[in-house]
Amino acid sequence: MTEPLLKARGLVKRYGRVTALDHADFDLMPGEILAVIGDNGAGKSSLIKAISGATLPDEGTITLDGREVSYASPLQAREAGIECVYQTLALSPALSITDNMFCGRELRKPGLLGKWFGMLDQKAMEKFAREKLSELGLMTIQNINQPVETLSGGQRQGVAVARAAAFGSKVIILDEPTAALGVKESRKVLDLIQDVRGRGTPVVLISHNMPHVFEVADRIHIHRLGRRLCVVDPKSISMSDAVALMTGAMRPDDIAAA
Amino acid sequence: MSDTPTRSNEDFEARLKDSDTAVADFDHAPRGMVGAIQHVLHANPTFVPVIVLLASIAVFGVVAGERFFTPFNLSLIMQQVSIIGILAAAQTLIILTAGIDLSVAAIMVLMSVISGKLAVEFGVPAPIAIVISFIGGIAAGYLNGWLVTRVKLPPFIATLGTWNVFFALNLYLSGAQSIRGSDIDEVAPLLKFFGQSIAIGSARLTYGTLLMIAVFVVLWYVLNKTAWGRHVYMIGDDKEAAELAGIQTDRTLRQVYMLAGFICALAAWASIGRVGSISPQSFYEGNLESITAVVIGGISLFGGRGSIMGALFGALIVGVFQSGLRLAGVDVLWQVFAIGWLIIIAVAIDQWIRKVSA
Repeated sequence: MTEPLLKARGLVKRYGRVTALDHADFDLMPGEILAVIGDNGAGKSSLIKAISGATLPDEGTITLDGREVSYASPLQAREAGIECVYQTLALSPALSITDNMFCGRELRKPGLLGKWFGMLDQKAMEKFAREKLSELGLMTIQNINQPVETLSGGQRQGVAVARAAAFGSKVIILDEPTAALGVKESRKVLDLIQDVRGRGTPVVLISHNMPHVFEVADRIHIHRLGRRLCVVDPKSISMSDAVALMTGAMRPDDIAAA
Repeated sequence: MSDTPTRSNEDFEARLKDSDTAVADFDHAPRGMVGAIQHVLHANPTFVPVIVLLASIAVFGVVAGERFFTPFNLSLIMQQVSIIGILAAAQTLIILTAGIDLSVAAIMVLMSVISGKLAVEFGVPAPIAIVISFIGGIAAGYLNGWLVTRVKLPPFIATLGTWNVFFALNLYLSGAQSIRGSDIDEVAPLLKFFGQSIAIGSARLTYGTLLMIAVFVVLWYVLNKTAWGRHVYMIGDDKEAAELAGIQTDRTLRQVYMLAGFICALAAWASIGRVGSISPQSFYEGNLESITAVVIGGISLFGGRGSIMGALFGALIVGVFQSGLRLAGVDVLWQVFAIGWLIIIAVAIDQWIRKVSA
């Protein structure tokens, strides 16, 4: 059996008296799309924050590519190749789309200007940003230099997804990437997710949209009460059973019995 | 097929392949005069202080008579605002990160006392005394940055504390005594370097004025054309988002405070040339004057918005008002009154132009 690319064991995260993660396990295989589903408050976002470096878990270990890792900041996770789209999107409203796409990894001009004076290559960045947005089908954005605050919620989400897809090298994590998107844009995001897998990069998809989850996921991680309840194969389980599992209407044993 | 109603997930996406692929483009509805002005100002926030500056120069040119509108007087205004202008540049850096620095003027006076004491009383060569004051300025900025990022104090509280600490240190080191200009001339004329000037006709451009302009030009470049500058804006806009997007926000913040401290030390050197002596009691309200310049310059106190050039124009507007009102024979108290209204009007205009979306 192949080793998981990203593995977490016994993650615990407490916020005061609230336990968000209760000895949660997590496995992401190379080249797969893993969906994470669960009720509101089940700890999905906490799990994602722990593996993307946004929070430091109180207990537990995370292994990437066979090496144990501990991220003090999202930057370190990014440098290791883990790219994440957070529910809050992590965009700066007053800055342009281009500035946001390249946040923290700006392109410098070639030659002396870039090396000694740190001058940014605005043209190259604008071209790249426009390409990535077009790939996502976000044709309603007219001006690549307009501030993000002038975009609609869906367009903002598109910018955040485009950013992750453009830079993620090892793992891409998408927290509710289609929640605010229209039919066309959702379809593009799902196509993009499959594209990314086609390139060999595994994707973690957190979503409440069962048709989307069942369409693209290779495996489904069901999260309940701060821990992994079970992992199921979307081809051998119905949507209603998955919902029953994640809400506690059914226990994993019942499936084995059925 | 088209007669049967859509029922399944596959059906409702079936027509997507025909969707339009062009980038959207619209005719713009006419905005009207006021709307057009509002829009232009929104896209170019620095226009407001520029317009106010030009208008106030024109008005005082008429009201205060021809003495105001001479090259000599206009260059004198530049000299008078140079020190507060440089402090306003440092203040802008901090305010762009959604902070505020009440200690800028205290750092400046402390550093001028340190370099003056070292050079005049302890016989340290002037260049070394100046370098030590630069290091002191950076260290003072680091202390502010450390309090803000490590101890997690709000910038207002951290710098309110250090303002008092630096002011007390300055009184202790100087013994509350001024260092006389003649003593400086004798042993360390380099300290007064920025007091020298070049004459262009009847205008006198001091090196201090040129230093102020250079500081603004360099900072404009850094803030707008380098990655570090974009990060400063991002942190001021939304610190948490910047952190998640992979910016080392705390490290950048400490660098911002250190750079501001260094600029305060530059202002210290320039102030010795401007004042001609070193007084521990001078510039006691310099911190508030620098904040005034920044606010009149249209830079948002909530961070992340505004151009550094606004602070330069803001400082000049204050200078023009003070000079114009003085030459028009208006009492000093009405100068203060006018500056007060300027601040209120500047922020009100700022709120108004924010209401449009680009």
